[in-house]
Amino acid sequence: MAYSQKVVDKFEETLKNPEGASVGRWKPGDKDFHRVGTGIVGAPACGDVMKLQIKCENIEGENRIVDARFKTYGCGSAIASSGQLIDMLKGKTLEEAQNISNQEIVDILELPAIKIHCSVLAEEAIHRAIDDFKSLRNND
Amino acid sequence: MWYNLLEMDKKYLFKRNNVWWVKLAVPVYLREKFGFDLRKSTGEKDLDKALLVRDSILSEFKAKLSKDSDQKSSFETNFSNKTTYFDYASTTPVDERVIEKMKECLSFEGAFGNSGSRSHVYGWKAEELVEEARLNVANLLNCDPREIIWTSGATESDNLAIKGAAYFYQSKGRHIITSKIEHKAVLDVCRQLEKENFEVSYLDPNENGVIPPQAVKDAIREDTVLVSLMQINNEIGVLNDIEQIGLITRENGTIFHVDAAQSAGKIPIDLSNLNVDLMSFSAHKIYGPKGIGALYIRRKPRVRLQPLFHGGGQERGIRAGTLPTHQIVGMGEAFRIAQEQMEIDYKRLTNFRSILWNGLKDMEEVYINGSIENGFPGIFNMSFNFVEGESLIMALKNIAVSSGSACTSASLEPSYVLRALGRPDELAHSSIRFSFGRFTKKEEVENTVDLVKNSVSQLREISPLWEMYQDGIDLDKIEWA
Repeated sequence: MAYSQKVVDKFEETLKNPEGASVGRWKPGDKDFHRVGTGIVGAPACGDVMKLQIKCENIEGENRIVDARFKTYGCGSAIASSGQLIDMLKGKTLEEAQNISNQEIVDILELPAIKIHCSVLAEEAIHRAIDDFKSLRNND
Repeated sequence: MWYNLLEMDKKYLFKRNNVWWVKLAVPVYLREKFGFDLRKSTGEKDLDKALLVRDSILSEFKAKLSKDSDQKSSFETNFSNKTTYFDYASTTPVDERVIEKMKECLSFEGAFGNSGSRSHVYGWKAEELVEEARLNVANLLNCDPREIIWTSGATESDNLAIKGAAYFYQSKGRHIITSKIEHKAVLDVCRQLEKENFEVSYLDPNENGVIPPQAVKDAIREDTVLVSLMQINNEIGVLNDIEQIGLITRENGTIFHVDAAQSAGKIPIDLSNLNVDLMSFSAHKIYGPKGIGALYIRRKPRVRLQPLFHGGGQERGIRAGTLPTHQIVGMGEAFRIAQEQMEIDYKRLTNFRSILWNGLKDMEEVYINGSIENGFPGIFNMSFNFVEGESLIMALKNIAVSSGSACTSASLEPSYVLRALGRPDELAHSSIRFSFGRFTKKEEVENTVDLVKNSVSQLREISPLWEMYQDGIDLDKIEWA
C-alpha cells in the first residue's frame, strides 16, 4: 500500500526530530502536571497504542491547550495521525478540541481507507485526554 | 592528417533526404528531459561542408546538456542509493543466464514451436528443450524425469497435489493432516476440502516453528489419506524433518505431500531417499521466471491424482494445457544453476545471517521467530518489541523487507504463522522478515545492522510501550482501552 507524501513526510519529520514534533511526556511530579490531561487509547495486541497529553491554561476564563505531547506505537499512518492531531490542538479551547473530527485528519493526510482507524484512534485520544483533564479539575 | 579526417569522417552525422544531420546521444540521466538523442540539420548536402558546421552544432548541443549536468549527480546518487532487496523469500530476480535461455524459445528464429506438435521439426525442437529442462529439474531432486509434471507454479502444484490425491483416494478415507503454519496455497485448499466433507487436522508447531514428527504420528489414522507439510517455512525459514515424517506416512500407507517452494535448489533434496510422494516446486523463488512450477509425482509406489484441468492431454493427462516452452526452459536452467551454486549460495547466506544476528542480538527485547539451529539461513525473522513492524519498514525505507504486522496485510490480522508459534500478538505485530539471496552483497547486510539499530531506537523513542517498559510497568497487567 502506498501512503500519500503527506503521511511519509509527517512520519519522517517525527522520527528525525521527535522533540520538534512534540514527542515526549509530562510525568507525575513535573511542575504543572496538575494541568495536564492524559489519554491512552488502543492496545499492543491490535498493533497501535496512542498516548496523548494536553497541557491547559485558563486564559480569559477559558481552558486552552497551550502545549501537547504524544507517543505512539503503531504503523506509519498512526504515527503521522498523532503528529497531525498535535498540530491541530495547540491554542484551541477544550471545546474546540473536542470537536475535532477524525475526518479532518483523514483529509489532511489523505489516509487510505484501510487506515482510517488510525484517525479514529487520534480522535478518541483527544476525547480521553480532555475527560482526564476535566476529572482533575473536579478533584481540585 | 588524412588519417585524422577519415577518423572524424561522418562521426555524429547521418543523412536524411539527401541532407546531412548531426546527432548526439543523450546520457541516460538526461533522457527523461531530452529523449534518446539530439538532432539538427546542417542544411548541407555536401559532406565536406556539413563537417564544417558539425562542430558548432555539437558544441551547441553540449552546452544545452551541460546546463542540466547537475542532474547527473542526483541521478547517480539515486542509482547507488537504490533500495536494498532483502525479500528473496517473496520472489527473486531472474538469473541472466536463465533469461538468455528463455529468449531462445520465443521468436521465429527460436524454438517457438508447440512441444505437442509431433509432425514437424518446430514441435520436435520445443519438445527436446522441454525434456532437457525436465531432466535438469529431476537431476536436482534425484528423481526420474517422468515423475515431474509442469504447472503454473507452486500454488497450482499444491492444489493439484492435495485436491488431486484427496479426490482420487476418497474411497479409502477422507482425513487429511497439515499444519497451522503452511502457506495459504495449502491451507486454503484444505479449507475448501473441509467444505466438501473432508476432515482436516491442523497440527501445531513447537515454539521454534518445527512440526514434531511425533505430532504426525499421533494424528495419523487409518483413514488418513494425505499429509501435507512444507519443507522450509516461508515466513520463518524453519525446516521440517521430512525424512522422519516420511517414514511415518509410508508405514501408514498415507500419501505425503511436501511444499518445497522455498527449499528446492537451496538445500539438498534427494527424492530417492525420502518417502515423499508429492512435492511442489516454483521457479521464481530460485532465480527462474514467475508463472512456472512443477509437481513431483512418485511412480514407485505409484501415486495417482485426479486432474484439475482437462484438455489436450498434455503431461500424461494430469495437467492439460500447451506447455510454455520459454517458462519451462527458464525453470530448467534455474534448477541446473541452483545445483551448481547451492553450496556456495548456502555458505554466503549463512554468513549474512550471522552478520545480521551478531550485529543485532545485543539490542534489548529482540526475538528470533523460528530458530537459527533449525532454520534456513536465507530467511531470518525477528521481532523488535515495542516497535510496530510496518513503521519499522517505513523507517528502513531503502531496504525492501516484509513484516508479519497486520498493517502490511490487507486483512489487518497479524501473521498467523507467528501466532501459531505462540508469540503474543504484539510480537507478531513487531516482526520483520529479512530474506537474502544470490545477489545480496555483504556490505548491504553490514549497513543494515546500523540502520535497523537506529530506526528501532528512533521508533522506541516515540513508543509509549517502550516508555512503560522502561518505567518497569508490566504491559500484560494493563487493561487496554
